[in-house]
Amino acid sequence: MSSFKTIFDNYNWDNVKQSIYTKTEHDVINALSKEKRTLEDFKALISPAAEPYLEQMAQMSHQLTQKRFGKTIQMYIPLYLSNECQNICTYCGFSFTNQIPRKTLSNEEIIKEVEFVKSKGYDHILLVTGEANKTVGIDYLENAVKLVRPYFSHISVEVQPMEKDEYQRLIKVGVNTVLVYQETYHQEDYKKHHPKGKKSNFYYRLDTHDRLGQAGIYKMGLGVLIGLEDWRTDSFFTALHLNYLEKIYWQAKYSISFPRLRPHSGGLEPKVEMNDKELVQLICAYRLLDEELELSISTRESEEFRNNIVKLGATTFSAESKTNPGGYVVEPQSLEQFEISDDRPTKEVEQVIKQQGYEPVWKDWEKCY
Amino acid sequence: MLEIAGKKFNSRLFTGTGKFSSSQLMAEALYASGSELVTVALKRVDVADNEDDILKHLNHPQFNLLPNTSGVRTAKEAIFAAELAREALETNWLKLEIHPDPKYLMPDPIETLKAAEELAKKGFIVLPYIHADPVLCKRLEEVGTAAVMPLGSTIGSNKGLKTIDFLEIIIEQSNVPVVVDAGIGAPSDASKAMELGADAVLVNTAIAVSDNPIEMAKAFKLGVEAGRMAFEARLGSQTNQAMASSPLTSFLD
Repeated sequence: MSSFKTIFDNYNWDNVKQSIYTKTEHDVINALSKEKRTLEDFKALISPAAEPYLEQMAQMSHQLTQKRFGKTIQMYIPLYLSNECQNICTYCGFSFTNQIPRKTLSNEEIIKEVEFVKSKGYDHILLVTGEANKTVGIDYLENAVKLVRPYFSHISVEVQPMEKDEYQRLIKVGVNTVLVYQETYHQEDYKKHHPKGKKSNFYYRLDTHDRLGQAGIYKMGLGVLIGLEDWRTDSFFTALHLNYLEKIYWQAKYSISFPRLRPHSGGLEPKVEMNDKELVQLICAYRLLDEELELSISTRESEEFRNNIVKLGATTFSAESKTNPGGYVVEPQSLEQFEISDDRPTKEVEQVIKQQGYEPVWKDWEKCY
Repeated sequence: MLEIAGKKFNSRLFTGTGKFSSSQLMAEALYASGSELVTVALKRVDVADNEDDILKHLNHPQFNLLPNTSGVRTAKEAIFAAELAREALETNWLKLEIHPDPKYLMPDPIETLKAAEELAKKGFIVLPYIHADPVLCKRLEEVGTAAVMPLGSTIGSNKGLKTIDFLEIIIEQSNVPVVVDAGIGAPSDASKAMELGADAVLVNTAIAVSDNPIEMAKAFKLGVEAGRMAFEARLGSQTNQAMASSPLTSFLD
């Protein structure tokens, strides 16, 4: 099996970091003037040296995104199935050691939640769980996917890393997209934030996308949790990972998310802050690296940021999200994974997208594909 | 007049329906383009919904629907999608596109040929999107496609007729209409394709993503008409050679 580990192990975090921070204005101008960009160009575009070129990057990102995706924003909504979790993750509200009531949705509850989000117009759902193999393992997920399949054209999942044959089972019952975030590519820091549970195995997680690719997944998502480590270095490793995957699993589509660490109960303060300007820089840099990449902006971000990012390279939006199991109708008061920032109703977000001259797209898939 | 599978078209501009900022604007732009054949991605419409926003706006006598299979990766999926489209949209016309590569959306010649043969047997009017590959075009013609749709350059790239040398061979050899699809970024590209003798062009991104899709649609309409008119009036041939003042053959006079 091809493995990203073999590539990853050739890189040293500190060397990469230094290489990014020593990029010059000349490197940035050079990167901007090319039609095809390399990972070295990407480093220049995410470096501090690129900051004065943000407007130019935004203009270019705007044009490239429109050319590829048109004046549209794809809409999806997350559905949290369970907050059971055997992992300790220092930054997460569902962490094993957090004394919160645990909840896993039953079949009837899943349908209730589904009918609610369906009534809001969504046709693309993202199913989310923690990692608890006994309660929300492959059997539970397979059942959940079968339950929701009749309601949606596109099903994404964001769950624990799995084996290839488990992914094949999920694909067979209708999963189109799997999102797995490495959280950080900094190995020592990764260990620190994931001291216990299956998740503490850095390399098992690192090779998850390889298992997904071999299972024949249609789309996969990557990303890091911004705030754990230097975001520029972590983003370079994400791009390196992406670049590797694209060449091997050439039939798959890819999406990137940019979760910034949000407050939650018992929360961890971000080690590294990323401001809005830097997030825009990162989004534009990804677009300039990869024209067809889906860039997803969740409700973790503020209203103002989301209103304005529509035109700058984003392709995919959620709205009105709840990050607690049963959060839509079954048990709205249960504890959430993290606080969302933009809590506007779907209709309002839809209006804002339209005001920007974009069309919110609800359906962009056929179940039979 | 252009004729495909027994159907006559006044306009040689075919259009796509994606990437517009609203369905309303899409309908207005396509109306202004004069286009009579509009392609719509099955994956974007909800065929179970009578009030589907895209379909509702295309419900006009000027427009004939050309469902497309965008999103499928294999012949098998394409055939499934085609049957779904035929049933739901009540047309046996189909733009067959199979691009397993989501990066450049390059059409798969092997799967396309397989699917085209099967679909033609099932009574579909198949317009396949393919590379500007002259042999593939002949093979598709042989299995019964109603036209061929070679690309000018990569889909959505606006790069124009990068494949021009191969388009010329295809146009020269084809017994079915040749529709240049993908990459046409400006009315001058459309004109050029028509001057070469293409039977029609298909345009989407350049209209949908322009700042003024309605004006751009009109510009493409004129570009296509001008190119066709020039083709029919026969363009003078180009030459780079000057006529020698002391001809070598003058002793024969």
